[in-house]
Amino acid sequence: MISAASGVVTPYTVPGWLMDALQATVLVLVAAAATGVVLIRQRVRQVVALSVYGLLLAVLFLVFQAPDVSLSELSVGAVALPILLLLALAKVRERDR
Amino acid sequence: MTPGQRRWVFLVAIAALAAFYLWGLAGLPGFGNYPGPYGTIIDHNAAAQTHATGVVSAVNFEYRGFDTLGEEFILFIAAIGVSTILRHLRGERERPAREEALDRDDAMAADAIRMTALLFVGPAVVMGWYLASHAQTSPAGGFQGGVVLATAVMLIYLAGQFLTFRRISPVDLTDAIEATAAGGYVAVGVAALVMGLPYLSNFLPLGGTPGAVGSSGTIVVISLFVGVEVAAAFVLIVSEMLEQTLLVPEGN
Repeated sequence: MISAASGVVTPYTVPGWLMDALQATVLVLVAAAATGVVLIRQRVRQVVALSVYGLLLAVLFLVFQAPDVSLSELSVGAVALPILLLLALAKVRERDR
Repeated sequence: MTPGQRRWVFLVAIAALAAFYLWGLAGLPGFGNYPGPYGTIIDHNAAAQTHATGVVSAVNFEYRGFDTLGEEFILFIAAIGVSTILRHLRGERERPAREEALDRDDAMAADAIRMTALLFVGPAVVMGWYLASHAQTSPAGGFQGGVVLATAVMLIYLAGQFLTFRRISPVDLTDAIEATAAGGYVAVGVAALVMGLPYLSNFLPLGGTPGAVGSSGTIVVISLFVGVEVAAAFVLIVSEMLEQTLLVPEGN
């Protein structure tokens, strides 16, 4: 954590309480988004919600100091996975028709 | 089993799971505490030993390069698996893309979406190459760069340029690029063997200054190979899925 708690103080050091508040906020948002994904019953909307959840997860990783994981999650969770799911839904819809 | 009995089995199982979970949580080190010596040792030595200031990349492509090789092949095999399972079946024919477009009222995305998607293609390509080629200096690396590059290709599809998407990512070519890049990683390891060093040793000059773009020897080479492999694998998986939406059973 880039906070006063780590002992190293730079001009970019964020106060510990602020970092804690940020982490707590993003954790709550991720939990809310995950619940949303489960509760939404309409499939295409569910995929969009999943994409938003992926985006929030990327923010979570960033706030917990894993920018490399965050970058991967941003592309895989918010873009690649939703596209694959949408394509699969399109295929299923095609077959049902 | 009646639904009532089933509920009891579930309740007992979930209670046991919850108990074990809480017991496990109680034994965890404090939040943000890192008790292991490994990270501290790496932190102190990585920059001097590898001339990479992106210590995560130093771990991924140098200290644990062999693990990463395995991980890369997981993705490689996954892409091969998708293209094997999603092959053209007998009795399926491809609907021409034009026919597909005429078939749908909403085939064209809104202008705003198409414009925005196209605007992001260039930045995504630059960002992807930057990430894949700067593993040694920043919290980036081949995997991140590769997925961002693949995103650029997907944006072209999102912009409604399906025919362009197909033209720039023909399946055979993507397949070949993926295999070549995966092989490149292996070859870097073999090159070290040829020089009489252990597999995947960093045999290239490390460069003068830690953190310079040209420093860190094989780390950046491996990162670039991984970047190309990952980008090709993702594009391959998406194109295979895309082809599937165009296939219809014979007689339709």
